[in-house]
Amino acid sequence: MSVIGSRLLRKEDPKLLTGEGKYIDDIQVAGQLWMGMVRSTQAHAAIASVDLSAALEQPGVVAAYSGKDLTEGYWIAPLPCAWPVTPDMLNPPHYPVAVDEARYVGDIVAVVLAESRYEAADAVEHVVVEYEPLPVVASLTDAVADEKLAHPELGTNKAYTWAIDENPDGVQAALDGSAHKVEATYIQQRLIPSAMEPRGVLAVPSPHGGDITLYSATQVPHILRVMVAATTGIPEQMIRVIAPAVGGGFGAKLNINADEILAVALAQKLGKPVRWTETRTEAAGSTTHGRGQEQHVEIGSDADGKITAIRVKIDADMGAYMQLITPGTPLLGSFLYHGVYEAPAFSFTCEGFFTNKTPTDAYRGAGRPEASYAIERAMDMLAAEVGIDPAEIRRRNYINGGEKFENWDNPAGLTFDSGHYTPNLDLALDLAKYDELRAEQARRREAGESKQLGIGLCTYVEICGLAPSRALGDLGYGAGGWEHATVRMLPTGKVEVVSGSTPHGQGHETSWSMIVADKMGIDPADVTVLHSDTALSPLGLDTYGSRSLAVGGVAIAMAVDKLIDKCKALAAHQLEASVDDIVLEDGNLQVAGSPDTATPIQTMGFAAFTAHDLPEGMEPNLNEAVTYDPPNFAFPFGTHVCVVEVDEDTGEVEMIDYVAVDDCGQQINPLIVEGQVHGGVVQGVAQALWEDAVYDADGNPLNPSFMDYLVPSAAEVPNIRTDSTTTTSTSNPLGVKGVGEAGTIGSAAAAVNAVVDALSHHGVRDMAMPATPQRVWRTIDAAKNGGQA
Amino acid sequence: MEVQITINGTTHTSEVEPRTLLVHHIRDDLGLTGTNVGCDTSSCGACTIHIDGQSAKSCTLLAVQANGADLTTIEGMASGDGLHPMQQAFMENHGLQCGYCTPGMVMAATSFLNENADPSEAEVREGLEGNLCRCTGYHNIVKSVLDCASKGA
Ligand code: FES
Ligand code: FES
Repeated sequence: MSVIGSRLLRKEDPKLLTGEGKYIDDIQVAGQLWMGMVRSTQAHAAIASVDLSAALEQPGVVAAYSGKDLTEGYWIAPLPCAWPVTPDMLNPPHYPVAVDEARYVGDIVAVVLAESRYEAADAVEHVVVEYEPLPVVASLTDAVADEKLAHPELGTNKAYTWAIDENPDGVQAALDGSAHKVEATYIQQRLIPSAMEPRGVLAVPSPHGGDITLYSATQVPHILRVMVAATTGIPEQMIRVIAPAVGGGFGAKLNINADEILAVALAQKLGKPVRWTETRTEAAGSTTHGRGQEQHVEIGSDADGKITAIRVKIDADMGAYMQLITPGTPLLGSFLYHGVYEAPAFSFTCEGFFTNKTPTDAYRGAGRPEASYAIERAMDMLAAEVGIDPAEIRRRNYINGGEKFENWDNPAGLTFDSGHYTPNLDLALDLAKYDELRAEQARRREAGESKQLGIGLCTYVEICGLAPSRALGDLGYGAGGWEHATVRMLPTGKVEVVSGSTPHGQGHETSWSMIVADKMGIDPADVTVLHSDTALSPLGLDTYGSRSLAVGGVAIAMAVDKLIDKCKALAAHQLEASVDDIVLEDGNLQVAGSPDTATPIQTMGFAAFTAHDLPEGMEPNLNEAVTYDPPNFAFPFGTHVCVVEVDEDTGEVEMIDYVAVDDCGQQINPLIVEGQVHGGVVQGVAQALWEDAVYDADGNPLNPSFMDYLVPSAAEVPNIRTDSTTTTSTSNPLGVKGVGEAGTIGSAAAAVNAVVDALSHHGVRDMAMPATPQRVWRTIDAAKNGGQA
Repeated sequence: MEVQITINGTTHTSEVEPRTLLVHHIRDDLGLTGTNVGCDTSSCGACTIHIDGQSAKSCTLLAVQANGADLTTIEGMASGDGLHPMQQAFMENHGLQCGYCTPGMVMAATSFLNENADPSEAEVREGLEGNLCRCTGYHNIVKSVLDCASKGA
C-alpha cells in the first residue's frame, strides 16, 4: 500500500499534546541571566545620554550596556542583510543596540542583565535615556516625499530601485492601445505576524572550552549559525545552534535578530548563559512586520477582456533597517504580477524606502500574497470595466487557454513548471455552487435586502521550492537554495533521517517518514527524523518559502534511493545474483520472480554494520547523503471562493462560506496539506478584514498588543471547505510543489473581491484593507449618497 | 509568601514573591512547562489551566491567589493508558500544528464540554473565543472538539 497520499496521523502530536514538547522558554539552565531590553519610546531621536546607574543598583542586576558601551567594547558588527538587491542599495549599519540615534519605537537603546525574568524587567524601568527628537518618517507617503529622512546621513529615504522593464515603450504602447484600462492603487497594510509562541533565545557558553550553544525560536538555525559567526567573530565550528520546538514562524522567525546576537556576545563576555523571551507587546517592535506596500497597477485589455499589458510600480516600506531579507521580500512577488494570465507586455518596478518604523521582512507568502492581491483585484475591476463575470474574465486570460501546460516561459523571465487552470476553477465554482450564489445575489439586490451577498474569486499562482542556487545568485541573494538530507539504516533496521529543513509546525517528521517508508516499503513508525540542531544536521538551509518538501523532501527521496541501491548491491551479494535482478517489493529485496529469495530490506542494516561479508569495495554501514539543488522553482496554483454577507446598515462583513481548491502537485499527506490551507486562508482573510498595524503621525505604534491587534479567533471564521486538483511538477522527481503559503496567497484577494462584489451594484469598485465595518459603511455611504469613502 | 497549591494531584508548598504570576510559578518554579505564555494582555488563552475544575487563564492570576487551590495542567490530562479523549481527538483531527496554543486549547475545550456536552459548531466557536491559534485556522480544532463531544467522552 502506498504511504504517500495517505492521511497518516502526525508523529509530532503526542509530545505537543501533553506538554512534553520543549519550546525555547521551557529550557532553563543553571546560572542563567535574563536580558531586558530598553527600547526607544521615540520613532526617531538622537540619543543624548543613557544613564544605567540606577538600573545597576537594582536587585539581581549583573550588568547593563548602552549601544556606545558595546561598540566601543570589543565585539559587535552590524546585523546582517543577506539580500542586497542592487549593487548600490543603501544599507545603513544596524547595530543590535542603537548607538547615536534611535530609528523606530522599539529600537533597542540599552540592555540589562539580571538573575531573573522579573528583575530584568524591573531594571529596564530604571534606565534613563535622554532623547532629542528628530523628524519622523511615519508613513510611505512621508518616505516618498523625501523631506523628512529616516536616516539623515543617507540624504534620501530611497534605498533601491529594482525593475523588470525590458521594453518600457512597448508596455506604454500596449496600454495606450488597449480598449479597456484599469488603473488602481492598492495598499498592503503592515501586519504583525503573531506566531503564538513569542520569540526567545538562550546562549550557553563554555568559558573554558570556548564553544557556545545557541537555542533560538528560529526557522533558520543553519543560517543563524553562519551569521552569528560572521557577526560576532566566534569561529563557526565553535557554534552550535538548536531550534527547539518552535511555536509557529510565518516568516517572522526567519531572521537574524538583535537579541540573538546580543545573547551570544554577552554570554561570551560574561561567561554565563544569557536568555531572553519577548513579551507580546514588545514583539511589535522586536520582531519584524509583514507587507507594507503601495501598489500602483495598470492593466489593459482588448474589447473582449483579453489582457494586453500589465504595468506595476511598487513602493515598499523597509522600515528603519534592512533585516535579513527585507529588501528582497517584495521582489519575491515581482515575477507573479501577471498571475495565471498571459500578458503580452509586462513591466514591474519596485522602490524600497526607509521609514521610522519596525523593519519589515518575510511574512507568510512574502511578496506573493501582495502580487496575487494586486492582479486578482485588478482582474475584478477589469471584469467590471469590460462588463463580464469575474470567472469569465479569468477563463479568457488563462495561460495556454486554461489547457494543461508544462514549462511555460512567463513574461518576467521564469519558467512555470506546470499548470492546468480551467478544471481547477470549475471544481471550485462547482463546490461553491457559483451559479446558485449568483442567483441568490440577484434576488437580494432585487429585493433591496440589507444583507447583500458577495462572491469573491481568486485564481492564484505562486512560487515554491526556493530555490535554484543559480537563480538566487542572479537576484543578489547571499546564499544558495539547495537542501541536504542524510538517510541511514541503523544496525537494527530502523531508519534515521537527518533533515536540513527545520519544522515549526508543518509536520516534517511525519511527511519525511512517509517519503522514506513509501520508498522502502517499511512502517513509517520505523523512521525517525532528526533536525533543527546544527550538531546533528550540520548542512541545511532551513524552512521558508514553501521550500521544505520541494527541495528538502526531494533530497530525502534521493538519499533513500541511494540507500536502497546500496541495499540492493548487498542483497545481490548475499543472494549471489546480479544487482540488476534485485527488486524491492513490500519491504523485501529479492531476485525478480523468485519470492523465495525475499529478504527484508531492514536486515541489511545489520549486515552493513557488522561488515563481515560485504561485496568487494563496499564501505560498511548504510548512510547516504544527498545535497539537492533544484533545477527550477515549483508553481502551485488554485482557486479560492469567498462568500460574504455585507450588512449595508452596519458595514459588517460576515464570511459565510469559503472554498479552497489548491493544486500543490503530488500530495504526501492530504491531512497536513489541508491543515496548511486552513491556517493560511485565515491569515489571508485576517489581512483582508481585520489586521492592521497602525501608527500615528509621530511613528507610535497604536495597537501593538493582542488587545488591539485583531488576530481572529474561532468565532470570527467559518469552516473552510477544501479540495484539490493534482498537476504534478516537472521541477522534481516527486512531482511535488509546496503548500505552506498557498492559503494566504489566495485568500486576501478572494475576501476583498467578495466584499466589493457584494456592493458592486452601488458602483463600488474597490475597498481598502482591512475592510472594517466603519470602512465598509463609509464606502457604501459614499456610493449611495456621495459621502466621503 | 508561602503558597500551597495542588497540581495534577501533587501538593507543592513554595515561597513566592507576591507579584509572581501563577503561570510563571507553574512554569519557572515548579517546572511544569506544558502551560504556555502567548501574550501579556490576557488575550490568547495559551496559559489556560483548570482551577478547581473550571478553566482559567493562569496569566491573569497571582500565584498567591491560587493558594489552597486544586489545579490541573496539560501534564495532568493524559493517563498511564494514553491520551485524554480530547487530546486523542486533537490528534485524530489534526487539531494542532506547532502545538503552542494546544495545551490551552485542550484545557479550554475540555472545560467547555463539561458545561455543554453536545454543542453545535457555532457554540464551539464561541466557546473557544478566548483562545487564539495562528496555525490551524481553527477548522480542525473545532472538528476535534465536536468529534470528542460526539464520542461522549
Ligand atoms: S498568556 Fe494568558 S491569555 Fe495569553
Ligand atoms: S497550533 Fe500553532 S498556534 Fe495553534
